[in-house]
Amino acid sequence: MTEWPLWEIFIRGQHGMSHRHVGSLHAPDAEIAINNARDVYTRRNEGVSIWVMKSSDIVASSPDQKGPLFDPAQSKTYRHPTFFEIPEEIGKM
Amino acid sequence: MYAQMVESTGKGVRSLEDMDGQERTFQEKINTGVRIEPKDWMPDGYRKTLIRQISQHAHSEIVGQLPEANWISRAPTLQRKAILLAKVQDEAGHGLYLYCAAETLGVSRDEMTAQLLSGKAKYSSIFNYPTLTWADVGAIGWLVDGAAIMNQVPLQRCSYGPYGRAMVRVCKEESFHQRQGFDIMRVLCEGTPEQKSMAQDALNRWWWPSIMMFGPSDEQSVHSAQSMAWGIKLSSNDELRQKFVDQTVPQAEYLGLTVPDGDLEWDESRGSYNFGEIDWDEFFQVISGNGPCNKERMAARTKAWDDGAWFRDGLQAFSERQAVQAIAAE
Repeated sequence: MTEWPLWEIFIRGQHGMSHRHVGSLHAPDAEIAINNARDVYTRRNEGVSIWVMKSSDIVASSPDQKGPLFDPAQSKTYRHPTFFEIPEEIGKM
Repeated sequence: MYAQMVESTGKGVRSLEDMDGQERTFQEKINTGVRIEPKDWMPDGYRKTLIRQISQHAHSEIVGQLPEANWISRAPTLQRKAILLAKVQDEAGHGLYLYCAAETLGVSRDEMTAQLLSGKAKYSSIFNYPTLTWADVGAIGWLVDGAAIMNQVPLQRCSYGPYGRAMVRVCKEESFHQRQGFDIMRVLCEGTPEQKSMAQDALNRWWWPSIMMFGPSDEQSVHSAQSMAWGIKLSSNDELRQKFVDQTVPQAEYLGLTVPDGDLEWDESRGSYNFGEIDWDEFFQVISGNGPCNKERMAARTKAWDDGAWFRDGLQAFSERQAVQAIAAE
């Protein structure tokens, strides 16, 4: 017997929030993955909605790519509002 | 603790200066509190030790359901039964969080299950003691879960991301476990003399096994130094044990119960309790398979696994058929 596939579980904690990754579990199919996620991750009203996704379908960036992917943003401080000096007379902007 | 005798494969702790590129970057991350994540480079020893530690911890949660499950059908009230069911269900959940954390290190669930059932993998010594009366359920929640919290709270900060995050969820739920146990003890102690003596009897039997849970004393913990350097063990066994004794003795006094240790005394100079010598022979006997219930626990797990085979296979066959039908319908 082959092992049931692994699913990644995402829960929306409250209305208006996005789904967040909470963990993973094994299940033979999506429907049972949702049922199991209900029991494993929402026993205390932690959620209003569940997403499940096969772990094997997730494509992740590798730690080696950290530099090329994220370094370019570091030097671009002008993308933040705090980069600009606003005269005191102007007040809040 | 829940992982009491984790053998570390590291050969002594190396200093930063002795490490080369990758290993050095890895150790520097740990030293500065940066979490290690599944795809990051890590030394083989770190991976192997963590797999052992997390899977032992997971097995303990799973086997830990058995002593308490013994009382689900005999709980004294419907409310106690509902509470105990919820608690035992939590333990299953804790096992699952932990198995998933271990799987991120490259071991499969089936391998871990096989290691538990074959006796190759260990689980906490504490679950090899029998639950003879209802008061034992109280004592387990109060003492065993209390001891578990001591160990698990620092582990929330452990260097491996998935393990630390699993611990955050576990700790939130453990607090309910400890309180429900203490509540059982409190109600018994406020009850008839017979009920109170039941509580005392449970404390008498669970006290020593509970303080053994923290594992061998620091002088005997040969693998601790490496695990501490790796940030997967954050306090020493004796430190945690002392903290547990200091926290628990006043609670026993509140209940009007006597801790079964003639050498127990408050040490003003240390601001801690001194306590008697632990029977390490008993600990090593239990951890190596010769406790009162080791065989029974393993037989129950094996039976559950075998009896569940038709159900697992059935679900698998059903989902395969659904997938085929979905393709045919397209």
